[in-house]
Amino acid sequence: MSNETASEGVMVTINGMEISVQPGDLVIDAAERAGAHIPRFCYHPRMSSVGVCRQCLVDIDTGRGPGLQPSCMVPVSEGMVVDTESEGVKRVQEGILELLLINHPLDCPVCDKGGECPLQDQTLTFGPVESRFIEEKRHYEKPIAISDLVYLDRERCVLCDRCTRFAREVAGDPLIHFMQRGNQTQVLTFPDDPFNSYFSGNTVQICPVGALTAKPYRFRARPWDLSEVESTCTTCSVGCRINVQSSRGELLRYQGVDIDSVNHGWLCDKGRFGFEAVNSDERLGTPFVRSDSNPDELVGTDWNTALEAAASALKAASGSSVGVIGGARLSNENAYAWSKFARTVLSTDNVDAQLGDGLCAEMVMSLPRATIDDAATADHVLLLAPDLKEELPVLYLRLRGASQGSTKLIELAPAPTGLTRYTSAAHGYRPGEMGQALDELLGGATGDAMRSGRTVVVIGRPSLADSPGEVEAAVGVAQRLLPEATFLPALRRGNVLGALDMGLAPGVLPGRIANDGSSQAWIDTHWGSIPTERGMDTIAMLEAAASGRLHTLLLIGADPLADVPDRDLVERAFAGVAKIVAVDTFATASVKRADVVLPTTAFAESGGTTTNLEGRISTLGRMVTGPGTVRDDWTIAAELAWRLDADLGLESLPGIWAEIEAVAPSHARCSPSMLSADSEGVLVPLPVVAVPEPDEIADDDADTSEADTSEAEVDEEQAEGAAAVVEAPSVPASVSWSAPALVDPPAVDGYALRLVARRRLYDAAVHTSQASSLAALADDSTLRVHPAELGSLGVESGSRINVTTARATIVLQVTADESVPRGVASMGFNQPGISAAELIDHREPVTEIRIETR
Amino acid sequence: MAAQSDETQMSFFTTENRRLADVIVARYPKRRSATIPLLHLAQEQHGWICDDAMIEIADLVDATPAEVKGTGTFYEMFKFHPVGKYVVNICGTMSCKLMGADELMNHAEQKLGVAVGETTEDGLFTLEHAECQAACTEAPTLQVNYRHEYRVTTDDFDRLVDDLTAGRRDGDIPAHGTLARIRQEIPANRAVGAVPPEEVDGPPAWLPQEGA
Ligand code: SF4
Ligand code: SF4
Ligand code: FES
Repeated sequence: MSNETASEGVMVTINGMEISVQPGDLVIDAAERAGAHIPRFCYHPRMSSVGVCRQCLVDIDTGRGPGLQPSCMVPVSEGMVVDTESEGVKRVQEGILELLLINHPLDCPVCDKGGECPLQDQTLTFGPVESRFIEEKRHYEKPIAISDLVYLDRERCVLCDRCTRFAREVAGDPLIHFMQRGNQTQVLTFPDDPFNSYFSGNTVQICPVGALTAKPYRFRARPWDLSEVESTCTTCSVGCRINVQSSRGELLRYQGVDIDSVNHGWLCDKGRFGFEAVNSDERLGTPFVRSDSNPDELVGTDWNTALEAAASALKAASGSSVGVIGGARLSNENAYAWSKFARTVLSTDNVDAQLGDGLCAEMVMSLPRATIDDAATADHVLLLAPDLKEELPVLYLRLRGASQGSTKLIELAPAPTGLTRYTSAAHGYRPGEMGQALDELLGGATGDAMRSGRTVVVIGRPSLADSPGEVEAAVGVAQRLLPEATFLPALRRGNVLGALDMGLAPGVLPGRIANDGSSQAWIDTHWGSIPTERGMDTIAMLEAAASGRLHTLLLIGADPLADVPDRDLVERAFAGVAKIVAVDTFATASVKRADVVLPTTAFAESGGTTTNLEGRISTLGRMVTGPGTVRDDWTIAAELAWRLDADLGLESLPGIWAEIEAVAPSHARCSPSMLSADSEGVLVPLPVVAVPEPDEIADDDADTSEADTSEAEVDEEQAEGAAAVVEAPSVPASVSWSAPALVDPPAVDGYALRLVARRRLYDAAVHTSQASSLAALADDSTLRVHPAELGSLGVESGSRINVTTARATIVLQVTADESVPRGVASMGFNQPGISAAELIDHREPVTEIRIETR
Repeated sequence: MAAQSDETQMSFFTTENRRLADVIVARYPKRRSATIPLLHLAQEQHGWICDDAMIEIADLVDATPAEVKGTGTFYEMFKFHPVGKYVVNICGTMSCKLMGADELMNHAEQKLGVAVGETTEDGLFTLEHAECQAACTEAPTLQVNYRHEYRVTTDDFDRLVDDLTAGRRDGDIPAHGTLARIRQEIPANRAVGAVPPEEVDGPPAWLPQEGA
């Protein structure tokens, strides 16, 4: 951002100081950079200027003499003279504040905002000493709930239009609006139509007074009692930057941090209020083992007993008869520890951080990766993804924002998504025919348009009811027909990309290298010898378990029963293994089936780093201590190793990171100092610096933090990198992948509907169900079908019906929904009380369902 | 987001008004521009603007009901609560006040048996206070459904109420909300054909063009 030279700047004089500023800059920003802070209420740098509060009036002279103008509305111009401190400016600042305070209740002692309130602060700095207003102030009923999460005290509102502008411009959910404009202007929702936006919490953060408060934080703390640390949200893989705040050892609030590359300061409500799940009373605080006397019971025990039990369960399994599932919820360091543990201690390559999510690690790693910014500034974004609004909410915000500019979104989806209304073209396809539909789409004019500009393809699994192979074949089509395109993987789990980078995928070792002969020399020097025959992915492990070929399953933060799109397979797998060891934070459905349960730390209870879907690594902050005797995953792995007569050689989080830098080629030279230098994080792999190629380094693909690194640091890192290269065998090449061929689509069964099963933001998983404010928001436990389809079946909307597949028959409520295409039925994958996983057979290319009245 | 589309839901507009609504929407390059005309149409049909009307309008103009209500509530002459068939506004600004507006209001309250701001039980009259009605030379004035009555005495007021109740003024004072009793329909081929603002590429046609 700041890389542009000032040579083309505009010369302006601010408070007597002549400076050069960027053309187009607003006076309010230019003055800020010149060290003159202008008070403001309505202006927000991530939203359009509206100039409604008048607090930012300053003297601006463009040759006709100074005059008061709103600095948030006026761009700089050559020769402009700005005075932010004149007598006139001071008078108007006092006057506006006195006006705003006329009806303001001044209930600061009982207001959540007190202590961090722009109105309070600016009154102190710029305001009048006394008010002349002695009349009765205006009163409103206080507070009113404008949604399940946000409360509004109208009498505190200064009508700055930030919340309403955010709802309209940024979130695209204009459910709050100024009403009764005039003397009674107030922010309101339409009756019985609450502000149910996935992004509602942002309005609380940007409200410059205490008018909007969040239910989970209301009256919980005063700002001066909060401690905070910067971190990265790991609820999904967008990786929004946040401040984690706590008081007296309890998490109380997350606030968005504005970074250019990812979240612009915004968060989704699931991420923002997810701290409630960390604080949940249901957290596991002690280890459990299955009772000898009553096999249906898990009994609490001490770590020694539990670790012994876990070690003996793992010892009984040999390399190929143990499977390790999960790890996508962990930090990079913890994921690395498990990856090393699996390979070097358990001697197995049966590891997978994904639970049948549909994008194999090799594919994700070998496609040319796009950043979020690349997508938001591309000419075209092709969406071959699940519903991003539901799965990666802030990515949805960024793409929605891009669609309001010059980026065209083109969607190919089996049913409409949250982004559909913002696309320039939305194409449907019958489940099972994605590749063919894409081939047709890209072969035509749409493809020509995309080939002539910069195109980013967002890839993910559009429906969990179809075979994942379909996605891979479709990506092959995209690669063939859009040879210049870059790809943004829409994998959802918090640190799934980090886990894959750490080698938690079969056949892949830390640093995106293949676990085959080619990397043997390299890994031998770091880890000693490990098995090189390719292991199984999650589905294959479960199949092996179901047929009795696995002895022990190690679940690390994984709940296959709820998450794998084939419930029956998981049931058979769990029945087929001798032992299950689970390392987790909650007693999920799967954990309840384990023989040994080891409780682990959750978000904000451990440090380390995480990696988002772009490959951006950023730091995690530790703020609180976990419940009971929970331990970090890496210490559990190290303990287990020790009990299995091995030594992982891991002693601390920084130590693990140093090892990652040395072992994982994609992470080489990504030093802790680089990571802590900048909130933006570091994109890996870093551009090659050993061979000076000026063009490439100056390329704006290079991450800003990299560009900011001082020369001395670069030199030092270069030296480190070089040293590592001298000692070790040559760095193995990255994994490769080639797309499977398109398969013929399955024949259409005229009597059945094809199921589209997609995750919703608020679902039955612990992130929602354990967060008390969010749990009630998980709804939509219905099957959605086009009304005409229902009509021909003679089924009434709202009735309960039998839904049958080859796997199972379950009872669901059906809702008529015109947005669902004919021939398709759509449902949330894992909503309270219903689970699409029960209906799905992972071997089938599509899931055909039949509907019958009961 | 707002009301789920539900086939069984009754529509607010009558069939004829729904047809009219579509005609109105089609007049504008942006659907949203039809918000105010449709609010008028709703008030004409129903006498005041109810939530169902706004939900349907929101759907027609591709906005949320909150946006429709936010826009509508700016305007004093849109009513968002039930009002009588006749809305009587008595001016209380300077000239009228000097010429007896307070006494007139007092009398009106007695005559109608309601306080200012209320509606009679039979649903016929809503009594309101108004600021200047731009007829100071004719003070005191009032309006019935925004039709002026000048130099109103208490006797005049009683007569007005009796005439309205008996339907003797139906010819010149239609029910509240009525915009016009004759509606012009412009066939599509004779409409202005306004272009969306962002597609405007030249100066307005009526400006003298250079070289012309
Ligand atoms: S509620 Fe807050 S953000 Fe919204 S208009 Fe009022 S002061 Fe501004
Ligand atoms: S979009 Fe994802 S990373 Fe961002 S706040 Fe929401 S859950 Fe967290
Ligand atoms: S900040 Fe400029 S007018 Fe409000």
